[in-house]
Amino acid sequence: MADALSQVFAALADPTRRDIVARLATADANLTELAQPYDVSVQAISKHLKVLEDAGLVTKTREAQRRPVHLEAEVFDLMTKWIERYRREAEQRYQRLDAVLAEMNDDQNQEGQAS
Amino acid sequence: MTTTTLTQAAIEADERVPAIRITRDFKATPAQLLKAHTDPELFSRWIGPKDMRNEITVWEPRTGGEWRYVQHRDGEEYRFRGCFHEVSEQRIIQTFTYEGYPDGVALETMTFEDLGNGYTRLHAQSLCDSFEARDGMLSSGMDVGVHEGYAKLDDLLAETAG
Repeated sequence: MADALSQVFAALADPTRRDIVARLATADANLTELAQPYDVSVQAISKHLKVLEDAGLVTKTREAQRRPVHLEAEVFDLMTKWIERYRREAEQRYQRLDAVLAEMNDDQNQEGQAS
Repeated sequence: MTTTTLTQAAIEADERVPAIRITRDFKATPAQLLKAHTDPELFSRWIGPKDMRNEITVWEPRTGGEWRYVQHRDGEEYRFRGCFHEVSEQRIIQTFTYEGYPDGVALETMTFEDLGNGYTRLHAQSLCDSFEARDGMLSSGMDVGVHEGYAKLDDLLAETAG
């Protein structure tokens, strides 16, 4: 199970692959279209797509001649979920910090009144 | 001029560099926020997950100083250490290592932006040494979430293979 996850991380660790993913987030595209903006061979982009496909991030559909590549948004929902969970943990931590800061304010006010 | 305060933490996971950025506003001055980050007694009251007890073992909150603390839960220990690279009125820069993964080190920057009227915006950035480490950090300590996530991912991979 952890391997599946590492595969996703490894797939996204490469800047070209992240770029491909970002472009597929807008719309499906086929290999030729995907390779067009890069200064590398179509074969190199094809290899990148294979890595993304093996990680479950994209799927190649058999639709007609075009064979568009499709981004599996569900995997990204998973990433979004982790980020949201991390954010919520930070928020809980900062709510405790709010309480500490409020107490510091009270202490300072009391010192002000005492003097 | 009114500034909208961020009453909830905002987060950003950068796509280009392995960083996590969190922004949050506090009803406090930059000096109070700095104190809550540098006074060991105050710091240990808010840092770390809710159900863990924090034990600070080394604490030198000055430029060039060292820090080390242990979080305890049900007989388990999680150790963290690093160096204070800079401690000043505006910001704290420090290294951060989870001792369970001693080869990894993140560079953390906490900037205190004075919003006026007794409010301060905290900008906290963790810059990891790889995307794997960053994503590991994002998904760490999330027993339930990660297991749910693995199951979901397994289903998806099974579908893709089938």
